[in-house]
Amino acid sequence: MRPELQKLFRMDKLPHIWCPGCGHGIITRAIAEAINESDLDLDKTVIVSGIGCSSRAPGYMHFDTLHTLHGRALAFATGVKLANPELNVFVLTGDGDATAIGGNHFIHAARRNIDLNIILFNNNIYGMTGGQYSPLTPTGKIASTSPYGNPENNFDIPALAIAAGASYVARGTAFHDKLLIDCIKEGIKNKGFSLIEAMSMCPTSYGRRNKMGNAADMLNDLKTTAVNINVAKKLPPEKLEGKFLIGKLHHKPYPEFTQEYDKLIAKLQKGAE
Amino acid sequence: MTSKKARLIQGNRACAEGAMAAGVRFFAGYPITPSTEIAEIMSEELPKLGGKFIQMEDEIASMACIIGASLTGKKVLTASSGPGISLKQEAIGYACMTEIPCVIVNVQRLGPSTGGPTSSAQGDIMQARWGTHGDHPIIALCPSSVYECFTLTVTAVNFAEKYRTPVYVLMDEIIGHMREKVILPNIDEIKIVNRKRPTCPSNEYKPYQIDETLIPAMADFGTGYKWHVTGLFHDETGFPSGKPKVIEEQFKRLMTKFDKYSDEILSWEETEAEDAEILLVAYGSTARSALDAVNILRSEGIKVGLFRPITIWPFPEKRLKTLAEKANKIIVPEMNYGQLILEVERICKDKASVGGLFKFNSLPITPEEIMFKIREVL
Amino acid sequence: MVEKPLDIDQKLCKGCGICYTLCPKKAIKGDEKGKVVVDNPDLCSKCGICESHCPDYAIFVRREKK
Ligand SMILES: Cc1ncc(C[n+]2csc(CCOP(=O)(O)OP(=O)(O)O)c2C)c(N)n1
Ligand code: SF4
Ligand code: SF4
Ligand code: SF4
Ligand SMILES: [Mg+2]
Repeated sequence: MRPELQKLFRMDKLPHIWCPGCGHGIITRAIAEAINESDLDLDKTVIVSGIGCSSRAPGYMHFDTLHTLHGRALAFATGVKLANPELNVFVLTGDGDATAIGGNHFIHAARRNIDLNIILFNNNIYGMTGGQYSPLTPTGKIASTSPYGNPENNFDIPALAIAAGASYVARGTAFHDKLLIDCIKEGIKNKGFSLIEAMSMCPTSYGRRNKMGNAADMLNDLKTTAVNINVAKKLPPEKLEGKFLIGKLHHKPYPEFTQEYDKLIAKLQKGAE
Repeated sequence: MTSKKARLIQGNRACAEGAMAAGVRFFAGYPITPSTEIAEIMSEELPKLGGKFIQMEDEIASMACIIGASLTGKKVLTASSGPGISLKQEAIGYACMTEIPCVIVNVQRLGPSTGGPTSSAQGDIMQARWGTHGDHPIIALCPSSVYECFTLTVTAVNFAEKYRTPVYVLMDEIIGHMREKVILPNIDEIKIVNRKRPTCPSNEYKPYQIDETLIPAMADFGTGYKWHVTGLFHDETGFPSGKPKVIEEQFKRLMTKFDKYSDEILSWEETEAEDAEILLVAYGSTARSALDAVNILRSEGIKVGLFRPITIWPFPEKRLKTLAEKANKIIVPEMNYGQLILEVERICKDKASVGGLFKFNSLPITPEEIMFKIREVL
Repeated sequence: MVEKPLDIDQKLCKGCGICYTLCPKKAIKGDEKGKVVVDNPDLCSKCGICESHCPDYAIFVRREKK
């Protein structure tokens, strides 16, 4: 690992538990790069996660780290941030963690526009429990609990986040790591709820069942299915069929929850003088 | 210094004021009868003190939220009832496992399920002990007056901080909604305990160190200690470990960490208990009726006494055992189908006969009913 | 002495094949177990693709200071 990044990792905990070729390692590195380039006080940075393969990432990162309960990372993070708004708070979560069991916390944290940086590792599957379908497993795909093909529909995570009130929404992939780093950096700058969907890959529990080849093949799939939003604007709709957009999808700053609460405190305390 | 004055207030208000007096500056909750007043009071008062109130999207989130806040060094509280307390259970187990100080107020209502939202009950005694999965340590305190709602909430906050544990304040609807005249202590009369924080350099910090105190120091997030918190079994550095030896050592410390401090943790009240031939074991609002019954029957010369556990979990076992040597009959009145009686039977069954008086129809147990029961066994 | 462009930590490599499949110059390859080995260091353009796509942080590409 590049020496300057090593201070952001707990090097003695490596190698990590992830399978060979797991996209989560690539995304975790991108997060570290973004933090490294963002000039944050590392002592005042907290990384929170739920439960899942993706949620094991904070254990390898050298910060105050909080590995919580399945689906509840955003609720814990809300407590950390509201109790001490000085802290930079990141939430690392999976597609199942954030949008199935944690779906309610996801929309409400977005609604509050609380200043959290969420990186949602989307591998389209419940990786940790061995490949059951998630709200992000594409319709028709095989999972251990959808042996005949997933009969359910998916969430559009950015659309969900925007509708719920997120002030910054972007998407990157494990292949487009530079873009992903830029998105995370922009999310860090945004004072409010920043959601970065990071398209990951799970060769073990998803790729194999769906005959998607090896890890490199799956990375290549991400490369060819993603279309940068700036390019997409110039393309006719039929060219975008079966593709997904990457890049900055939404940025609309508005008052942030913990700052507003601090204003309330200041007002009440001034009134009491 | 403000002079003390008598006030007519509700148990729920006394609880909220006790929390703030003990230094609670963070509250997360979700409205539910009969605990809602606590949230309402906190929403009004905390920001004036520079503290934070948040109404979360549900009780799971509320519990998670206060644990997160506690990690930044704040003293934290949540309050709920019945269905809400059930929702909190997974996160309460997380706080037990990770040893994060927090206080949960349960204003008990009639259950299970939606049950009776405005009806009093004492049906969550066993839930408080075993509500979350897996073996775990827990402290639960049980007030039986408005004044005690204040003082025991202070104690609960102090215990949470000192012993790095979740602590329940187990109220019931009667206690929560009852108004009583109280003269609350002044701030300077209240003993405040703060959690032990590390003083060592960050690279030497072990958040789950096993030493003679059994209670490791806890660093505030954001102070450079960069530690890891996980609900997985972990070694003394806080990182996951699946080694049977490590699991066993840490589990043992967790399960026995209160034993050393039982003199401080265990509290109870006795009325005419020393020479009682019939001993009532009652708690919460039921203990008030039991006390009336004792006073009336004593005036008739009947040797009845009352043992009122204030610390319900861990249970003041030794003292009850001693009293049971003398009393030949023990009666446990409770507003449930028979919960604490299981513990009393376990402790006393070789010494005295143990019988119950259970009521679960939303009405309180009256002194008359208790006296009737006593006369029955005389 | 010329510094090696690639610093590889064999202990971290899990042999997933991403790096040498993505390498545009074919400067690296897989050994019989699929683990990365340097094949032809002179071909390496120091583009860094292998480093940033290795899920296991096993590669460090020495680049001139910007
Ligand atoms: C309350 C609860 N229910 C279920 C589980 C089991 N569980 C652990 S991880 C997981 C799915 C994780 O999927 P995702 O969030 O997508 O993360 P990934 O492993 O794919 O990175 C499940 C169902 C749990 N730990 N807790
Ligand atoms: S199961 Fe999938 S998500 Fe989990 S570590 Fe393996 S490849 Fe990664
Ligand atoms: S730096 Fe680029 S050219 Fe060199 S080995 Fe890595 S991928 Fe190949
Ligand atoms: S990408 Fe990393 S883990 Fe995979 S083969 Fe290359 S060096 Fe090894
Ligand atoms: Mg997943």
